[in-house]
Amino acid sequence: MTTAAIVMLIVAMVTVWGGFIAAVLHLRRSPEVPDNDQGFGADDYVRTT
Amino acid sequence: MTQQAPPGAPAQRAPREAFSSRTVFILAAIGSAVGLGNIWRFPYIAYENGGGAFLIPYLVALLTAGLPLLMLEYGIGHRFRASAPLAFRRLHPKTEWIGWWQMGISFVIAVYYAVILGYAMLYTTFSFSKAWGDDPGTFFLSDVLKTSEEVTVGLEFVPSVLLATSIAWLALLVVLLLGVQNGIGKVNLVLIPLLVLMFLVIVVIALTLPGATDGLNAFFTPNWTALTDSSVWVAAYGQIFFSLSVGFGIMITYSSYLKPKTDLASSGLVVGFGNSSFEILAGIGVFAALGFMAGVAGVGVDEVATSGIGLAFIAFPTIISEAPFGTLIGVLFFATLTFAGFTSLVSIVEVVVAAAQDKLGLRRRTAVLGVVVPMALISLALFTTTTGLNLLDVTDNFVNQFGIVAAALVSVMLLTAGFSALPTLRDHLNSVSSFTLGRTWMVMVGGVTPIVLGYILINTLTTTLAEGYGGMPTWFVNTFGWGTAIGLVIIALLLSRLPWPASSAASDLSPSPAILDAHVDRHRMRGDQPLARWSDTALRTPALGQDFSYRTVEEGADASPGRHAAEPAAPDTPGAPAPGTTAGTGATAPWTSGAAGTTDPARTEEDPR
Repeated sequence: MTTAAIVMLIVAMVTVWGGFIAAVLHLRRSPEVPDNDQGFGADDYVRTT
Repeated sequence: MTQQAPPGAPAQRAPREAFSSRTVFILAAIGSAVGLGNIWRFPYIAYENGGGAFLIPYLVALLTAGLPLLMLEYGIGHRFRASAPLAFRRLHPKTEWIGWWQMGISFVIAVYYAVILGYAMLYTTFSFSKAWGDDPGTFFLSDVLKTSEEVTVGLEFVPSVLLATSIAWLALLVVLLLGVQNGIGKVNLVLIPLLVLMFLVIVVIALTLPGATDGLNAFFTPNWTALTDSSVWVAAYGQIFFSLSVGFGIMITYSSYLKPKTDLASSGLVVGFGNSSFEILAGIGVFAALGFMAGVAGVGVDEVATSGIGLAFIAFPTIISEAPFGTLIGVLFFATLTFAGFTSLVSIVEVVVAAAQDKLGLRRRTAVLGVVVPMALISLALFTTTTGLNLLDVTDNFVNQFGIVAAALVSVMLLTAGFSALPTLRDHLNSVSSFTLGRTWMVMVGGVTPIVLGYILINTLTTTLAEGYGGMPTWFVNTFGWGTAIGLVIIALLLSRLPWPASSAASDLSPSPAILDAHVDRHRMRGDQPLARWSDTALRTPALGQDFSYRTVEEGADASPGRHAAEPAAPDTPGAPAPGTTAGTGATAPWTSGAAGTTDPARTEEDPR
C-alpha cells in the first residue's frame, strides 16, 4: 500500500473506531439509573383533568 | 395522586412496553442504523468522492448533522413517549401530520426492503453450490429474478423470490409479536454482535487475498482536490443522513420505549459512531475483495468498483467463485447482509405497528397482525414478480429523495421556526444526559441541516424533473415515483384529520405538556380554545423529575403587553383567567398546572373541581 493510503487508513480507524470507543467509555462513566420507580404505568400520572 | 381516569379513557391499559436496559436500546438503534446501506453503499460513495479524503466531509457531516438529528429524534420520542404521529401530536397538535408522513414512508420502505432480504437469503443458499456459474449478472437478472423486458406491473410471480420473501415476513411477524424487549430487543442482542463477528471474519479472509492491498489503496488514497467539489460534501451529508435512519420515525419510536432516566445524548454518540465504525469496517472488507477481483480479471479496481444490487448480487458472486474459501465468504457475506437488513426492517415496521397501536388503542398482538399481514401481502404482490425490480428501483429512489429528505426538511423547519420546539427539546435532552447540548446543537439542527437537506432536495428535484428517472417510461415514474411521494403527503394530511377514538392512546395523559408558542398559541393559553380537546397534551408525570422549560409558556402568561405579547384577557370572559393568576388555570390551561406542580405539588390537589 502507498504511504498516503496507509496514513488515511490509520486516521480513519483512529477517528471513527476511536470515537466509538470513547463514546462507549463515556457512557459507561454514567451508570444507568436503577429503575424500580421508572415504570410508566397509570400510577405515575397525576390525574387532574 | 388521584387515580381518576380522564373522560373517555379506557379503564386500564397495560403500561407502555420498554427496553429492559440502555444497552438493549443502543443495540436495537445500531441494528436499525446498520443496514444494507452500510455494506453496499458506503464503500462505493467513499471511493467515488475522494477516497481517504472523504473521511473529512464524512466526519463533519456526522458531527454537524447526523448526531444532532439523532438526538433531536431521541428527544421527541423520549419526551412524548409515543409512536411518531402521537408524539408529534403531543408536541403540538398541528404537527401530527409529520408523524403520519413518517409512518407512510416507513410503510413504503418496508414493503420493498423485505424483498431485498429475500434476495440475500436466496444467495446465502446459492453460495454453497456457487449456482451463478460463470455469469453472475445474467444469472441474477434472468435466472433468479426472471426480469421482464417490459417496465410495467405484472402478476407473474417468481416462486423462489416469493418463498424467500415470505420467510422474511414470517420471521418479522414472529419477532414483532414477541414484543419490544423479548422480540426486538433480544433479536438485536444476538444479531448485532454476530453481525460484527461475521464481518470481521470476512475482512480477515479478504485481507489475505492476493490484490487486497490494491483495493485498499484505491479506497484510502486521498484525493484532496475532491474536497473543493460541493457534490462530495453533499454525498457525505447524504450518506450520513440515509445511513443513520433518521427522518422517518424509527428513532422516535425506539426512544419512546426507553426508561424516563436514560442518558440520551451519550447513547446517541454511541449509536452514531457505532454505525460509522461498521461502515469503515465494511469499506475495508468490500474493497479488499474488489482488489482481489480486479487482480483476477487483470483490470484496475475502478473497473470493478460498484455499489448496491450490482455489488452484492453480481460482483460478490464473482469474487466468491474465484477466491479460496469462496463458499465461506459467500455464506458469511450474504448472511451479514440478511442480518443487517433484518434488524433494520424490524425497526421500520415497528414504526407502523406503534402508530396503529396508538391510534386504534389496540393490544400489541392485534396491531402486529393487523399491520404486518397486509404489508406482507402488498410486498409479495408487487415486488416478487418478474416486474418487481424496476418497481423497487423507482419506489426506493423516490421515497428516499422526496420522502425521507422532504419529511426531514419539513420537520426540522417546523420544529425550529414554526413551533420553536428546539429550546424545550434541548432542555429535555439536557435533563437526562451526562453532557449538555447548547446553542451549537440548536444551530446544527435548525440551521445546518435545513440548508443541507434543502440543497439536496432542490438538487435532485431539478435533475429528476429535467431528465426523468433512470430512462424509465414517464407513466411508470409518474405513478410509482411521484405518485408515492405526493400520495404519502396527502394521506398523512388526511390521517391527521381523523379523530382519535376514545380508546386510543391519545386519551392517555402525555408525560409532557405540549410545546406552545407565546404568540401563535395565545388563544389556547388564555383558554379560548382550551387544550381539554387534547387531553393527551395536558400534563407531565412527576416520575420524570425533570426541570422542563416553561419559559415560553410563562412568557405568554406574564409578559408585559409588548408588541408580540398575548393580549390580556378581558376579566369578564368566562374561562379566561387574568394573566399571572394560577388559581383555576388547571381547568382551562392545564399546562400551567404541570408547571405549578413542579414547585408545589399540593396545588393540583387543591384544584377546585
